[in-house]
Amino acid sequence: MNAVLSTILKRLGLGIATLFVVSAIIFSSISMLPGDFSEAVLGQAATEDTVAAFRKELGLDKPAPVRYFEWVGSVLQGDLGTSFSGRNASGQDRSRQVVDLVMPRLWNTLFLAGVTALIAVPLALFLGLTAALYRNTAYDRVVNAATLTTISTPEFFVAYILILFFASLWPVFPSLANIDATTALGERLYRVALPALTLTLVIVAHMMRMTRAAIINLLASPYIEMARLKGASRSQIILKHALPNAWAPIATVIAFNLAYLVVGVVVVEVVFVYPGIGQLMVDAVTSRDIPVVQACALIFAATYILLNLTADIIGIITNPRLLHPR
Amino acid sequence: MTDPTDHRPEANHDILLKMRDIRIDGYSDEQWHPIIKGVDLTLRRGEIMGLIGESGAGKSTLGKAAMGYTQPGCKLSGGSIMFDGIDLAKASDRQKRQLWGTRIAYVAQSAAASFNPAHRLIDQTVEAATRRGVRPDAESRADAVELFRALQLPDPETIGNRYPHQVSGGQLQRVMTAMAMSPRPDLIIFDEPTTALDVTTQVEVLASMRKIVEEFNTAAIYITHDLAVVAQMADFIQVLRYGEEVEEAPTRQMLTRPEQPYTKSLWSVRALEKPEVKGDDIVLSIDNIDAAYGPLKVLHDVSIKLPRGRTVAVVGESGSGKSTTARVMTGLLPPLSGTVTFNGEVLPAALKDRSKDQLQRIQMIYQMADTAMNPRQTVEDIIGRPLEFYLGLKGKEREERILELLDMIELDETFMDRLPSELSGGQKQRICIARALAARPDVIICDEVTSALDQIVQEGILQLLLRLQKKYNITYLFITHDIATVKAISDEIVVMFEGKVVEQGLKSEILSPPFPDYTKLLLSSVPEMDPDWLTNLLENRDI
Repeated sequence: MNAVLSTILKRLGLGIATLFVVSAIIFSSISMLPGDFSEAVLGQAATEDTVAAFRKELGLDKPAPVRYFEWVGSVLQGDLGTSFSGRNASGQDRSRQVVDLVMPRLWNTLFLAGVTALIAVPLALFLGLTAALYRNTAYDRVVNAATLTTISTPEFFVAYILILFFASLWPVFPSLANIDATTALGERLYRVALPALTLTLVIVAHMMRMTRAAIINLLASPYIEMARLKGASRSQIILKHALPNAWAPIATVIAFNLAYLVVGVVVVEVVFVYPGIGQLMVDAVTSRDIPVVQACALIFAATYILLNLTADIIGIITNPRLLHPR
Repeated sequence: MTDPTDHRPEANHDILLKMRDIRIDGYSDEQWHPIIKGVDLTLRRGEIMGLIGESGAGKSTLGKAAMGYTQPGCKLSGGSIMFDGIDLAKASDRQKRQLWGTRIAYVAQSAAASFNPAHRLIDQTVEAATRRGVRPDAESRADAVELFRALQLPDPETIGNRYPHQVSGGQLQRVMTAMAMSPRPDLIIFDEPTTALDVTTQVEVLASMRKIVEEFNTAAIYITHDLAVVAQMADFIQVLRYGEEVEEAPTRQMLTRPEQPYTKSLWSVRALEKPEVKGDDIVLSIDNIDAAYGPLKVLHDVSIKLPRGRTVAVVGESGSGKSTTARVMTGLLPPLSGTVTFNGEVLPAALKDRSKDQLQRIQMIYQMADTAMNPRQTVEDIIGRPLEFYLGLKGKEREERILELLDMIELDETFMDRLPSELSGGQKQRICIARALAARPDVIICDEVTSALDQIVQEGILQLLLRLQKKYNITYLFITHDIATVKAISDEIVVMFEGKVVEQGLKSEILSPPFPDYTKLLLSSVPEMDPDWLTNLLENRDI
């Protein structure tokens, strides 16, 4: 058990180290973006003096390493900084804290991701296991073909098709998923139905196929033949003898897809006008709102690292060799 | 066990299993090939039938067919399998599942691979009995503990709570026997259950398996390629070759008066024995070697000398440090301390510090010829590579030398363009020998080179090695756990145990008394072709 704990702690430490590296990459790549906020706000006509003064006010005049460490320092204290937007050259400051901008959006994104995951993960596991169970039957082929089709179709197209059928021809769900902090839970669920369904169709294939492959891969093992010769039925073989040994690869692909639900759904957000963090980041990039972009990128990186860490841990605790050393 | 010299009871109601004209086809290269070509097999209650033959003879396929099971890629194309009044050839999957694990049980070759790594041993042991409701689960668990005890497993009360990776191979094989016995089946199929074990472990496992099948009067089919093993276990022996029955007879009769030429040839393999020759010209020696993998120390003060043109056999169980010794000699594993001396000159410890010439002089042949060759290279490339690398041969010269080498290993030029996948096991090992010879080495280290081969093929490889030694004065370090092989080819023997050299000397000295304790245990554990060998041994050892 101690071995497992130390492995987990090691992975956690590695995750934190990765996050630092990523923060440096985020910072330097944003510094390399052409143009900056002051030029974007003040326009082409602004004099050099005004631009310089404005840059000074935002702290952009300091050298990059100094700005980086200031940023990392304040993030470590829980302060993501102040957004650039809302400021203008006239000196009036209506800017907001980045935290206040990001957090509601992040919650919306996590809500949509959570709803999708609750549908997609059990569905994918069910389809994957049954496809492995009825391998090479018509059922297996239909499930494979259907999921392949949905994964091969661009997500905006899936979204518009769903809108066409479920919002337009048979208007059961709204085509707009505009929610705010005051929306009640039931109403929220109703409004995110179509975006969640779209995302489900997009991610289910990957998880389902991996589940199927992981199980089938194990079906050639001698211990599966042994289980058959002990009289186990097909479903017992899959659920009792194969699945417990297949969790590691399945958890990895689930983690990958959940991370995608948090960081990669901007297209779906745009189609359904859903106020998620993806849109916020795109807007912030357009307006060169560096603190917001950095905060979003950091959150995305942390999501990836955290979910992969979880998958690693699942891989460890489902492996008796690691959990019960000799 | 019933005395095999007894007349067989003629009463038909005693017959448990009657297989008639069994035909099984296997699918490969996009067509069906016959694997079993009309074999009959009859087994009475409480009888043990030994099935022997080389790999590919179809013995395992036939054994599984006795359960009505064919592996994926195989199909039963004819015949009947009457098990206690039920024709398993025609039975539905559901009917067969009712029998499997309850009335017919299976014990597989590799216990390590055949236990599910995710479940505790006790859960797997009682799984079948519990599922079919043979008795309440708690009773099965208590019964399993008794079986563990009967099979002489250590800590029978608690060993079941372990996971498969937490117990040794020999223990796992016994747990698997307990698993098969748990529902008290009428028939157990033992599919090479001791092949993967060391000889000293094999004796214990054989003894406990025999004891328990006798105790419950269980009928069994015992599949093996080892004649001496089957002689200990079976009442009757059936010899298979190319999917056909060669002959069947009671064990004693089969051992003393085999009728068919093929059976006789199987029996005679063990006759090969090279007279030992003493050698004083030491070509390679290791002195006071300590070596470790990370924190795990595996060699303790090991010293071995190889006289030129002689064969030194290193014997010992798995884990005794035989292969590690070879890795130290070749420089693959630099030792913690000690020296490797070649022709009077101390070699650098690590492979990367040795010169091309030093590398060339010591070559290696591995156990698994399959994995020791690049599957995408032709025989020409495989043998040609050391010719280019060490000797700088090119073009016509290289080709001529390859042909010469092929001739030495008794293969012809048609093999030049073949890929490893197009060769048999014995041919693959020959190519590996040619590759080692290509470098014109002084010393060849042979690491279990015949362990994966059938006895007749082994014989061919061993004779080839001896001929080459005579002709080119090559020195062999021959690593093996098989004492019969050692007797056949060695001049000197080194006995290793737990990373230490127990004994070293001329073959005649090591193989004659007085023996140190471990050597005695090792030698006495090698099964002999005498049906009473195990019984006598157990009486003498008093286990």
